[in-house]
Amino acid sequence: MTMRETASREAPGATEARARPAGDSTAPAAPRVFALRTESLSAYYGATQAVGDVDLSFEVGAVTAIIGPSGCGKSTLLRCLNRMHETTPGAHATGRVLLGAVDVYAPATDPVEVRSMVGMVFQKPNPFPMMSVYDNVAAGPRLRGWKMSRREMDDLVERNLRRSALWDEVKDKLHRSGAALSGGQQQRLCIARALATDPSVLLMDEPCSALDPIATYKIEELVRELSHEVTIVIVTHNMQQASRVSERTAFMLAADDGVGRLVEFGKTDDLFTMPRDSRTEAYITGRFG
Amino acid sequence: MSVAAIAPASAIPARHRVAARRRIAQGVVIGLLLLATLVAVALLVTILGYVVVRGLPAMNIAFFTERPRPFGEVGGGIAPALIGTLLLAAVSGAIAIPVGIAAAVFVVEYRAGRFAAPVRFAAELIAGLPSIVIGVFVWAFLVRGLVGHYAAIAGAVSLAVIMVPIVARTVEEVLRLVPNSLREAALALGAPRWRVILSVVLPTARAGVLTAAILALARSAGETAPLLLTALGNDFFSTDLLRPIAALPLQIYRYAVSPYDDWHAKAWGASLVLVVVIGAVGVLLRAVARQRVR
Repeated sequence: MTMRETASREAPGATEARARPAGDSTAPAAPRVFALRTESLSAYYGATQAVGDVDLSFEVGAVTAIIGPSGCGKSTLLRCLNRMHETTPGAHATGRVLLGAVDVYAPATDPVEVRSMVGMVFQKPNPFPMMSVYDNVAAGPRLRGWKMSRREMDDLVERNLRRSALWDEVKDKLHRSGAALSGGQQQRLCIARALATDPSVLLMDEPCSALDPIATYKIEELVRELSHEVTIVIVTHNMQQASRVSERTAFMLAADDGVGRLVEFGKTDDLFTMPRDSRTEAYITGRFG
Repeated sequence: MSVAAIAPASAIPARHRVAARRRIAQGVVIGLLLLATLVAVALLVTILGYVVVRGLPAMNIAFFTERPRPFGEVGGGIAPALIGTLLLAAVSGAIAIPVGIAAAVFVVEYRAGRFAAPVRFAAELIAGLPSIVIGVFVWAFLVRGLVGHYAAIAGAVSLAVIMVPIVARTVEEVLRLVPNSLREAALALGAPRWRVILSVVLPTARAGVLTAAILALARSAGETAPLLLTALGNDFFSTDLLRPIAALPLQIYRYAVSPYDDWHAKAWGASLVLVVVIGAVGVLLRAVARQRVR
């Protein structure tokens, strides 16, 4: 990791971004940061259990990586955090997810409101193909029915394209189709779209696995910068990526019964240099998975 | 091919060689396929060509602007039928297209609902009904029942019944083509499901939904049997939904079964107009389907 990156990670200079911008008065005034944690969270597809009894707490304003071999339930766990898991037919989750004071799985909690506070970026870039770059960023506020003037929307679009380091590349083609951008640009557009609704947590499901190394590098740099503003949970196949972007890392593994469980969770540096569990060591040294 | 079949390919081991018999069989099969294709194309060209040749002589300004003359009189046109067909298409489309889209949205987007399978089954059953049966049904319920006499609205309803399953099944296919990742993206932005459907799914499938609507309209424009029992036909200009109305297929039928050569020519002319209208709709449909965001 270079000096500049280290500096940008540790500099709390993002306070201005953390403070609500003045022009944003129309957005619902929610507290910026929520602690996110799970209590014995289990996830099922029909009768098949995919994730078992995961207790995790995600550090506020930091990046937490979830690593593990394919099929260990890491993406499923991530999708439980904003109740996207249950949109798969037959899928359900048990246990608790707490987002600040909000019990995410309480019967009275509306999943739409949860997803409004927890943004998500998917494995494959998925900008809305019939919408322009501008409309993609504006999609969240519009889908939620936020009342905003044209001017406020322009500001919101520009601010979030800047936050996702895409503004300079697309400012001349805001009204071209988002599908015409390169893969890496599309993924940053998706990040801008997710940020535009002002989430306090951003979930990223292998956001770089469909991208080339340069696009991956840009996303990783972006993740480090954004970590000052939002709590980020990133699922990744790539252990180097986890060590480059995250402060803390959770290692999951599917047992013989096919249920993914948390094996080890701790500071990224510790987990990669002195793993406590022999299975973690086997995985990070490439002996399986 | 024949060279390869005869020349001994000595460099290729025997068990990797293709037997001459198989090469001949392949040639025969390709020849048969070509023949079948030619027959199909020839049929199409013959029908279209014949309609054009017989229909063109009937074309003149009066044919498009005048109403049909009484029995035995020379002259007159198909103007009321043109207006009637357009009106029937508008009314039946206004009924069938929203219903068909709604049914497809229900089946695809709310697939967890236990009514989805019965809805699709019902659509398939209606699509399989002969159109004359639909005509008899509407005749019994509207012509003999609610309305009490032959009326344009009864014709429109019978066409709508024919169109609903076409729209529903086509839109269903189109909605299935919308990538699930887009629904997930919209849901993850905190959009309620109805909003996802209205603002993301349907706009993404827009071209396909339009195609479905036009396809159904084109199909219903040529329906004759149910209209005989419902809209009846009318030699006078009418846009009253509660009175009998003319339509192109009905006009073709009336002209064709008459004993006069002049009317026969007009039947061919009206056939040509109907073919051209449906053909133009087809071209429009392809243009729409090809349309993309810049």
